[in-house]
Amino acid sequence: MQIYDTEINSRLLVGTAQYPSPAVLVDAINSCRCEIVTVSLRRENADGSGTGFWDTLRQTGTRILPNTAGCHSVQEAVTTAQMARELFRTNWIKLEVIGHADNLQPDVFGLVEAARILCAQGFQVFPYTTDDLVVGEKLLEAGCEVLMPWGAPIGSGQGLRNPDALRGMRAHFPNVPLIVDAGIGRPSDACQAMELGMDAVLLNTAIAKAGDPAAMAQAMAQAVDAGRAGYLADPMERRNMAIPSTPILGMAELA
Amino acid sequence: MITIAGGGLAGLASAYELARREASVRVFDPGDCPGSNSVARFAGGMLAPWCEGESAEDEVVTLGALAADWWAQVTPVCRRGTLVVASPRDTPDLTRFARRTSAHRPVKGAEISELEPALSGRFQHGLFFEGEAHLDPRRALRDLAQSLQDMGVELLYDTPTPALVDLDCTGMAADLPDLRPVRGEMAILHCPEIEITRTLRLLHPRMPLYLVPRGDGHYMIGGTMIESSSTRPPSLRSLTELLSAAFTLHPAFAEASVVEIGAGLRPAFPDNLPRIITHNGRLHLNGFYRHGFLLAPAMAARLADQIFPGGKR
Repeated sequence: MQIYDTEINSRLLVGTAQYPSPAVLVDAINSCRCEIVTVSLRRENADGSGTGFWDTLRQTGTRILPNTAGCHSVQEAVTTAQMARELFRTNWIKLEVIGHADNLQPDVFGLVEAARILCAQGFQVFPYTTDDLVVGEKLLEAGCEVLMPWGAPIGSGQGLRNPDALRGMRAHFPNVPLIVDAGIGRPSDACQAMELGMDAVLLNTAIAKAGDPAAMAQAMAQAVDAGRAGYLADPMERRNMAIPSTPILGMAELA
Repeated sequence: MITIAGGGLAGLASAYELARREASVRVFDPGDCPGSNSVARFAGGMLAPWCEGESAEDEVVTLGALAADWWAQVTPVCRRGTLVVASPRDTPDLTRFARRTSAHRPVKGAEISELEPALSGRFQHGLFFEGEAHLDPRRALRDLAQSLQDMGVELLYDTPTPALVDLDCTGMAADLPDLRPVRGEMAILHCPEIEITRTLRLLHPRMPLYLVPRGDGHYMIGGTMIESSSTRPPSLRSLTELLSAAFTLHPAFAEASVVEIGAGLRPAFPDNLPRIITHNGRLHLNGFYRHGFLLAPAMAARLADQIFPGGKR
């Protein structure tokens, strides 16, 4: 899978918040063999003061995708992205502009505006968006080359609330990498997203808050692989009626 | 003579365990009074091993279970348990918390009102950890220092640490590999119109809150967990979350006076467990993360056994 100019092998991207400890986080990263981890940046880290934790992440050898989690305005998101570029020395930014305090859904108007600003500044933007096709088009126009539609509200673990919309996105944007971001709760959710033809899955809470994060990370990786393989294998269509799986023709007549 | 650098929680607890074994002990601290430089000043003072088991290793629960009895030797310990509650919309978090912890029982609205009449009618579901306790961290540091002086330990304040000491308990100042700061923010409220008698935890997806009674209408609320070495005062975002969570516990907190806000850096190793380690020839006790009052007694005893094996118990 190619995202911007980078070739990626693992289709599971992992967030780094809410783990019981950095040691548990590192175990989880190792057990799912993800290549990309997201890291949120806060203002108090602007002077590089989060380095203890970041050093731990760097030691895993994964590629860091900084995010603008918790930003509620275009200006905040743009400033955070610029800080992240300085601190992590990467043009990648996972862009979140949160529009609602309760369900943390993206403010898609602010998102498009921030994406336009950041793409013009040379960022490679990974926008956290809804499953709205028109918003997706505007983000591509703004310069994004990947879309990250939600499956369900962040941290809710509800799975894919609207699989039809994601299917529609796949059909509408056949050549754009689509990463389901947010809402995955169980391995079956991740598998379903991949079966729909999504290119990858990004999740955090489902692993971090599992009783055994490393085991859940591995389960998620396996689910992503299974879903991808299933999608590529071109699944059969569903029918309303039964069809015997053993042919009737040529059966012995036992009368 | 055993010399200790750092008169914070780890240093004082270690001095106590050594002195109990009849070692002579001298503690050096750059501050002017017990714990004045210690991040323990900003601690909640919860002795809540079973609640911590939700996200901590089993060892925290095992070692922490001894803490209340240890502290009761030197300072008042309030043994009224911990009450964990959640808003109706966060009930899944309560279910999960119950599944991940032990030594609790579910309580319904009526029993919550019995335990804490001030919360009457406010929460329908909760968990009660009857065996847990809390103390006042600043008083505990003072009382511990007083006990040490009574035992003949020399506590030298405003005193630079000599180049050679037997034990280093200087927290974030120690510059150990893999030791990282985890920033925490807190506030102290004065709200005499509410009487809450035990530690409360409010589960919340963004920021779990704890509230610890300090007596005389004072309540400590905390605490954030931020991977940062910034020592700036608490941010408005953090305070907004903490204070609005207090308001969720009881609307009367709206009229509370905010008498103090503070931020500190908890020293932590990657597994968030404390360690006794030797680095560059010096012995260290460090990395108490958010479990200082909970784990200092057990770790200090382990350390004393290690460096003063001939001592009495």
